[in-house]
Amino acid sequence: MSEVPVFFLHGLAYAGLLFLVSAGLTLVFGMMNVLNFAHAAMYMLGAYFSFTLLRATGQFWLCLLVCPLFLFIIGALVERFLLRRVHTYGHLHELLLTFGLAYIMTELVKLIWGNFPLAVNIGGFLGQTVEFFGMIYPIYRIFIFGCAVIVGLSMAAILYKTRLGIILRAAVNDSEMVNALGFDVPLVFTGVFAFGAALSGLAGVIAGPLLTTYPGMAHEILIDAFVVIVVGGFGSLGGAVVASLLIGELQSFGVLLFPKLSLALVYLLMAAVLIIKPSGLFGEKQ
Amino acid sequence: MIEVEDIHSHYGKSHILHGVSLELKEGELVCLLGRNGVGKSTTLKSIMGMVRPTQGSIRFDGKELVGSQPYQIARLGVGYVPEDRRIFKSLTVHENLMMGVQKTKRGGASERVWTIDKIYGLFPNLRERRGNKGSHLSGGEQQMLTVARTLMGNPKLILIDEPTEGLAPLIVKDVLEMLATVRKSGVTVLMVEQNFKAAIKVADRFYIMGKGQMVFAGDMAALLAAEDVRKNYLEV
Ligand SMILES: Nc1ncnc2c1ncn2[C@@H]1O[C@H](COP(=O)(O)OP(=O)(O)O)[C@@H](O)[C@H]1O
Ligand SMILES: [Mg+2]
Repeated sequence: MSEVPVFFLHGLAYAGLLFLVSAGLTLVFGMMNVLNFAHAAMYMLGAYFSFTLLRATGQFWLCLLVCPLFLFIIGALVERFLLRRVHTYGHLHELLLTFGLAYIMTELVKLIWGNFPLAVNIGGFLGQTVEFFGMIYPIYRIFIFGCAVIVGLSMAAILYKTRLGIILRAAVNDSEMVNALGFDVPLVFTGVFAFGAALSGLAGVIAGPLLTTYPGMAHEILIDAFVVIVVGGFGSLGGAVVASLLIGELQSFGVLLFPKLSLALVYLLMAAVLIIKPSGLFGEKQ
Repeated sequence: MIEVEDIHSHYGKSHILHGVSLELKEGELVCLLGRNGVGKSTTLKSIMGMVRPTQGSIRFDGKELVGSQPYQIARLGVGYVPEDRRIFKSLTVHENLMMGVQKTKRGGASERVWTIDKIYGLFPNLRERRGNKGSHLSGGEQQMLTVARTLMGNPKLILIDEPTEGLAPLIVKDVLEMLATVRKSGVTVLMVEQNFKAAIKVADRFYIMGKGQMVFAGDMAALLAAEDVRKNYLEV
């Protein structure tokens, strides 16, 4: 089995991508109790914005910077002017709203960019391969994992080492109480939602060169990302880390060992976790 | 200090408060009594902006509170201690207390009376357990922590909902002593309480609620005299 190390690394790269998508999703859900169906559509938007910007400028690093910023603004506007308005009508309305948004975004993308895959080629350093332990491996996949590690560590530093982090963690426990203690929770919600959108945008930029850019990419990752936050436990960042690694490796080795069954394996894992611990690996009992 | 005038509040379609009025003067400790489900907690939540009254007015130091967000009301100097504790379970005791600190300065009189050192002095238990997660505390400690957390914001008025509920008699005594201390520090207190015996030891005045309405207001002598009100509207 000489492929094992390679598939392990493939798993890590996909885990990195999954983490970038699910970190924002789980944070938004933990705090606002909104399961954001548009989250993956925003990831797709990030990929398409990046495709266009890359073609215009040829600067991948610029895409990494600008596209998440774009998505941050879109996220802030969606939260402030749409989500907040339907909030008083309950979760079903919020769910429907994000569902509708996902649909609109996907159709818009098809209108503007067409309903076919677009290949994204990045040249330069990131497009090369590296040789280690006798295997040749694309630098780009290592880069993806590195990005996820940096984002994860930065988020952990903010959550556990700053005053803002205390407020955010408290809001995951009980946002109404945080509001009653004098913190502008509506503003925190806008910020968190926008940050989640920016993260998914970043993931989209990164996904482009790995998976190609196509309208179905949102749907594809959404399923895995939902599984990640269910397995990891809703609202738990640590859970998202562990579950991303699990799902990433499972997908990767699933393709190697049981090519027809790799998706079923993911659902099996989810079912097993839900039976043993219904709140997810790191979820708090409710 | 605070005047609640004829407020009506709803949860969805159910009409809970049917014109509730009450009033507190600065420095008073007033107790709101009444059976389960009559709307005592809803009254506190309405003052705090967590439930928005559809009618009526609430003035705090002359400012209208109806229509404001809870955080805005908190910043004006209203502290809220909820029933069923609601400490932040995944935060440590110390972090829970830090959540009480408000950055925004309220101009004038409200100096920082309550500091972290003072809180730890008053609650040595909390100092000992400062690094523990909130979920590891006993019921009594959790109650102390919710009150202490609210005090960290140096409120002028504290709304406190059933602070002795579910606590052992010895701990109830501690909680009541703590409330007396809080009150001595100059904070006005509106307390909801089911425990009539506990309330009567500390309160200056009493309100009693029936279904969504006030049915009695008066001091201890008046309450002791109004035997029929006690019979009809309080648990025996
Ligand atoms: N979140 C809620 N949604 C719907 N109804 C509620 C809610 N909270 C309380 N109620 C109802 O409102 C009434 C008053 O409740 P509450 O103010 O908690 O009473 P009390 O504190 O006096 O026991 C009760 O009938 C209760 O069932
Ligand atoms: Mg109550």
